[in-house]
Amino acid sequence: MEILVLGSGCANCHTLEERTAAALARLGWEASIGHVREPDEIASYGVMRTPGLVVDGDVVVAGRVPTVEALVALLEGVRG
Amino acid sequence: MIALADRVTTPKAAWVTVAIGLPAWFALYSLNEPFWAWALGGATATSWGAALQFFCYDSIKVLLLLAGIIFLVAIVRSFTSVERTRALLGGKRAGVGNVLAACLGVVTPFCSCSAVPAFIGFVAAGVPLGVTMSFLIASPLINEIAIALLLGLFGVGPTLLYVGSGLIIASVAGYVIGALKLERFVEPFVYETKLRGKPRDPNAHLTWPDRVAIGLDEVQSIVGKTWPYLLAGIALGAVIHGWAPADFFATVAGRDNPFAVLIAVALGVPLYSNAAGILPVVEALHDKGLPMGTLLAFMMSVVALSLPEMIILRRVLKPRLIATFVGVTAVGIVATGYLFNAIL
Repeated sequence: MEILVLGSGCANCHTLEERTAAALARLGWEASIGHVREPDEIASYGVMRTPGLVVDGDVVVAGRVPTVEALVALLEGVRG
Repeated sequence: MIALADRVTTPKAAWVTVAIGLPAWFALYSLNEPFWAWALGGATATSWGAALQFFCYDSIKVLLLLAGIIFLVAIVRSFTSVERTRALLGGKRAGVGNVLAACLGVVTPFCSCSAVPAFIGFVAAGVPLGVTMSFLIASPLINEIAIALLLGLFGVGPTLLYVGSGLIIASVAGYVIGALKLERFVEPFVYETKLRGKPRDPNAHLTWPDRVAIGLDEVQSIVGKTWPYLLAGIALGAVIHGWAPADFFATVAGRDNPFAVLIAVALGVPLYSNAAGILPVVEALHDKGLPMGTLLAFMMSVVALSLPEMIILRRVLKPRLIATFVGVTAVGIVATGYLFNAIL
């Protein structure tokens, strides 16, 4: 599983990264979390409001920081 | 730190939070003034006492208003999104497009750290440059923090005045930038950015408990970020309130000084603060006899134009366009200041 946090380094982006790591820990999954900071690259994902979360190439969150519970559900949904 | 919203994951928890929070908010708000009058008693006759009462009463009133209005605005905003706004603005002509963009700038969830991706997203999707600028000017100028504090410190009239004039400034400034045809001063990569796939609407499929949870999260994150500015601003306001000589500011920047608005805006542009830090100071200066137009112009220039934002926007705009953006917006703010000083 490949996870990317989109955001130019604002507080919300860090919170999203922390909560994603917490969700992964709760699921007991191993995955690396990368960071995309270049604004043109962020925009090219179709994300106009940071932070964004990309899992395996798909944007699953844009413009808000979901709760850890919601992220757990989201990640489980992606894996199917 | 556990987020407040993490505990509000079930619909029942969301409604219980609202059922307890709402009456608690009203109770605290109505008890605030009588409590400090009772607690501080006759001490308010001295400079120290007056300053202390101003500080305690104002801090609590403003924090309550801030929390209440952020919650309401976050709920309203959960029905809109940048993606939906862009879809509404695509293909709109200048004029109508500028007014619509300014209005949407107020209600669209947005923060300055998203300014660059949003700019690229708008322009690459074909929204005209001037219309995009109207959106980018209105968004920081008219925000929920400014509205909450204006309502609390000055009442409904000045709040409507501020919102109305902010919308006009953003619409007109964007229209002027569009008419000047400055597209060549946008960094070329913006027009070359290819948008992959369909834009995501993050606020689709939300339930009411989701919206309540978003509201609580917003309150926690914004109040958590702004309270130091707010307390610093109120403390500075309290000092002005208790000790500044009554006619000092009125002589320097009062109605008789024709350059007062210009000076206020020139001071405000490089200053960087949010509405939470600046409005308590504005209130204290108003009490000392400064006219409303000068003060509104000062506040607008502080929140709408700032050096950090220019640096962020430099990634997508060439210096000529940034200078035009600052210049046109500042002229609009100065004109508004003189207009209000003349009619109020």
